[in-house]
Amino acid sequence: MRKNRFGAIAAMAAVAALTLTACGGSDNAGDEGGDKVRIGIKFDQPGLGFQDGSSYTGFDVDVAKYVANELGYSEDKIEFVSAPSANRETLLETNQVDMIFATYTINDKRKERVAFAGPYFIAGQDLLVRADDSSITGKDSLNGKKLCSVTGSTSAENVKKDVPGVSLVEQQGYADCLGLLETGSIDAITTDDIILAGLAATSANKGKFKVVGNPFSEEPYGVGLNKTNDKCESINTAIKKMIDSGEWQKALDKNTEGTGYKASDLNPPTKFEACS
Amino acid sequence: MQGYLSLWDEYGARIMESFWANLQLTFWAFIACAILGTILAIMRISPIPSLRAFGTAYVNIFRNTPLTIIMTFGVLVLFGVFQLQLSDDFNFNFFQIAIIGLTIYHAAFFCEAIRSGVNTVPLGQAEAARAIGLGFLPAARLVILPQAFRGAIVPMGNVLIALIKNTTVALAGSVAEISGLMKTMIEYRADQGILIFLTIALMFVVIVVPIGILVTWLSKKLAVAR
Repeated sequence: MRKNRFGAIAAMAAVAALTLTACGGSDNAGDEGGDKVRIGIKFDQPGLGFQDGSSYTGFDVDVAKYVANELGYSEDKIEFVSAPSANRETLLETNQVDMIFATYTINDKRKERVAFAGPYFIAGQDLLVRADDSSITGKDSLNGKKLCSVTGSTSAENVKKDVPGVSLVEQQGYADCLGLLETGSIDAITTDDIILAGLAATSANKGKFKVVGNPFSEEPYGVGLNKTNDKCESINTAIKKMIDSGEWQKALDKNTEGTGYKASDLNPPTKFEACS
Repeated sequence: MQGYLSLWDEYGARIMESFWANLQLTFWAFIACAILGTILAIMRISPIPSLRAFGTAYVNIFRNTPLTIIMTFGVLVLFGVFQLQLSDDFNFNFFQIAIIGLTIYHAAFFCEAIRSGVNTVPLGQAEAARAIGLGFLPAARLVILPQAFRGAIVPMGNVLIALIKNTTVALAGSVAEISGLMKTMIEYRADQGILIFLTIALMFVVIVVPIGILVTWLSKKLAVAR
């Protein structure tokens, strides 16, 4: 009996060792080959980064594809990876992704852990209301209105700070907020304008909602990179080229079609991050 | 270290405030689920088939429904569709809906905890109660349940511990509690990353471990000597 148990442990150790080597092996192949690029995007943000069956759509995805192409990776060499907000820094630090295009606002706290290229878009916090509602024109007309945003997001914090005593419902995702907005339980959804435009542009919501178009914050979306990256300069060049060639505008129009959304005057971005 | 301390400077008051909300949710939901769970347990051991069927159906439905779904239902359906307003205070309304959700869910587990306690009471006790002329309710109240509660300390303690941790699901119900604040802190203080997680986890450990010890001690102290 005792011998058997020892044998079992030895067998388990052997299996574990095998599995570990297997992992190490595939990792090395990925790094050395270098023929693929792993890009982190949102999978659940219509209009920006969205998984639609086996394909990916949205403005973030379009910019990512353009930049990757400029860096020498054609579309079939791109592997899209889900990068939820809370995981973005970890994904970059541990080299699980090479770049992140996921509504990633550049700020100093984040720069302590990751590097940024770009920005490729300047978003601003705005409001989404029902198409027939004209009582909300901007941040100053929110008195007594009920709002919805996503728990823990910058937008939720901003609105709590800027509009004291605001009635704010916090949900897990913007889709939940849309349901509440449609039934009239709340009056507006607040987050970055381009996210709102993306939500309003989905086929199920077309014509039901509108973006107010009076942004009250500045959110420069950057390309998240590992601190030891060497691609920062070339990404900035690629973004500049995309803007100059008109592809940038085309991508933006395509992903916000039918919502009457216009990017704020700060766009297209002209000042880029200094790469170190 | 400096960075971590500045996190407390910045968020300390809100961390305590949010965690207090979790403890308040626990307190009210545990009282309510103990009452509802005991009523359900009495139904499930009663001699009336329709009550037994109701108790069984309740337990099977709510024990098998994820709590997140119950919470989301509270916000999207009760608040969203039926515009339920339990309170004039916008945020307190969600707090109350969350308590209801936690209660409905945990009552099913509490009922089963009591029932496991009932199983520790020898059949002879019920027969003896009947023999001296007690009806079902007096027998349950005077003979069965007092022994059942004492035999069910550990499972009831488990329900309480699960409840404490499940109050974080109230996040889905738009309550300003600790896991929502954790998301905020991760969003704003990316530099601290995993330390934020560990801090919150530790706060729960600090609350839950003493409860576990207390429950074990009580279960020995109150065990029915047979």
